[in-house]
Amino acid sequence: MILAAAERAQTAEQAAGAAATVPKDPAMAAVTANAETFVMMILLTLLAAITLAIIRQRNMFGVVILASIYSFLMASVMLALDAVDVAMTEASVGAGISTVVLLTTLYLTGSVEYPRPRSVAIPLFVSLVVGAALVWGTIGLPDFGIADAPIHKHVAPTYIEYSKKHEMPPNMVTAVLADFRGFDTLGETTVVFTAGIGVLLLLQGGWRTSGNSRRDDEDNELDIDGGEA
Amino acid sequence: MIETLENFANHYNFFITIFLMISGLFIVIARGNLIKKLIGLSLFQTSVYLLYLTPAKILNATAPIYDKQYSTYSNPLPHVLMLTAIVVGVATFALGLALVVRIKEAYGTIEEDEIFAKDPEAE
Repeated sequence: MILAAAERAQTAEQAAGAAATVPKDPAMAAVTANAETFVMMILLTLLAAITLAIIRQRNMFGVVILASIYSFLMASVMLALDAVDVAMTEASVGAGISTVVLLTTLYLTGSVEYPRPRSVAIPLFVSLVVGAALVWGTIGLPDFGIADAPIHKHVAPTYIEYSKKHEMPPNMVTAVLADFRGFDTLGETTVVFTAGIGVLLLLQGGWRTSGNSRRDDEDNELDIDGGEA
Repeated sequence: MIETLENFANHYNFFITIFLMISGLFIVIARGNLIKKLIGLSLFQTSVYLLYLTPAKILNATAPIYDKQYSTYSNPLPHVLMLTAIVVGVATFALGLALVVRIKEAYGTIEEDEIFAKDPEAE
């Protein structure tokens, strides 16, 4: 819900920014071609290559390892985008925990994805149409990395000034996360807690069944419900 | 020509984001293996992180950690939102994988077509 509100705020800002068309500063245009951008473009290209490999790879073990590489590359891109906290989280959660969870699932389910004669035409068509619509929507967005984009004009300076003035933690992300948006984090914790309970219940319900019969599973589930009540 | 090229370079992040997004969408629709579907879903999700973090960047600015030597910082707000999204994302991902394990136990397979063949109600 908070995300939706933020999105609405951003659209409003973009509308406001579009009304006052900012003239393009020649100094800004020179800035766009610096080394930072270049490094990021290389990382993003690698990311796209890994994605193609994930699509083509049929061995599930290979897919999991590629997904791990993908997460590390994504963390590097985030580092290049100045999002240091997000990069750390992505490296530990995306490349670490996700990989462990995926490998556990492979162990519990069996690992090889064999080729199936599935039609690719419709998914490809849907993806390309969605992609074309998104590219069309992207063209109007502000250039990469300019300081006077609408997103930097309204809420962000307030957060930066306030955390400076009230001597909050020097890391502004921490200040916003823990001080300004503490309830948001509380909600996040609730979601993680609920998901954890869900995982526990799901895995416990099937833990003792060895056969593949659905009847057995249902019996087992009833047993566990009775045991807990 | 040069202007087109410059425009392309300026929006390169967005184009890669869109590519990752539609790749995730493609995997979710086209692949029958449930684990692969979930990986496609998480590809889609990471592309959204990129979509939020790209506009937050200001060139020649520093990461949003206060220091007397710097005056311009990248926008911290999208970073906070994406931190929340990553943690919630991995929680739902784990829940999905637990469901896949349950499906494997109940049906003996995690291929979508075989599950549909075994379960006439799903058609």
